[in-house]
Amino acid sequence: MADPMRIRAQANGDKTTVRVLMSHEMETGQRKDAAGKLIPAWHIQQVSAALNGKTVLTAQWGPSVAKNPFLQFNLKGAKPGDKVAITWVDNRGERRSDEATVV
Amino acid sequence: MHTRRDLLNRSAQLAGMLASLGLWPGLAQAQAQAGAYNAAAFEAKSLAEVMKALGGSAPVESKDVSLIGPDIAENGAVVPVAAATTLPGVKCLLLLVEKNPAMLAAVFEPSEAVETHIGTRVKMSQSSPVFAVAMLADGRVLYAVKEIKVTLGGCGG
Repeated sequence: MADPMRIRAQANGDKTTVRVLMSHEMETGQRKDAAGKLIPAWHIQQVSAALNGKTVLTAQWGPSVAKNPFLQFNLKGAKPGDKVAITWVDNRGERRSDEATVV
Repeated sequence: MHTRRDLLNRSAQLAGMLASLGLWPGLAQAQAQAGAYNAAAFEAKSLAEVMKALGGSAPVESKDVSLIGPDIAENGAVVPVAAATTLPGVKCLLLLVEKNPAMLAAVFEPSEAVETHIGTRVKMSQSSPVFAVAMLADGRVLYAVKEIKVTLGGCGG
């Protein structure tokens, strides 16, 4: 199981800035190991964000998103105390969900 | 006239077929798990191919879309970029790095509750134009482009 994500959701007036730092290798499938063999691609393919259980953002990612991916977006109409949940799925089918409270 | 949905379905079917034939090893499993992942778009080598895989029309440059990023990135492995637009009715926001092995980096599908300004970090193999593309609900496809110089490539090894 991958390490937990770090999620911050900070309300500022009527908009809430959500910053997510995921822990993932994001191997591109282009690199070679010491023996000259290609390291197979291993990266997050799908990300979704939910506010109080309702999906507000989905994303599809290719291998060119940086290692330990960072994601930032602004929510409209979220209030302190609301729950922001982020889920990712990688190309090996592994997944991870984490949740944070808007402050 | 093909609708976007037809094209998407077809590319998903094709990807599924290829995967089931074992032509794309490792993908079959991912497809089964991920469902809607548009593998064809992420294999595409040009903006035209990406748009074809996503079922969009030819993109037009627009002032209403912006790509936010540095002029010079010291480390190509982590280049902070963001795609933004002020237009309403955005279906998809795309980030593309022209000179990467596969051009498409990320596709975002924001709902009404999310501002159309989304940032992430991408890898860049070399200095390259970076595109932000907005696909609108009315079928327009608009883009902004910015040249980002990289002093240290992000795909070495």
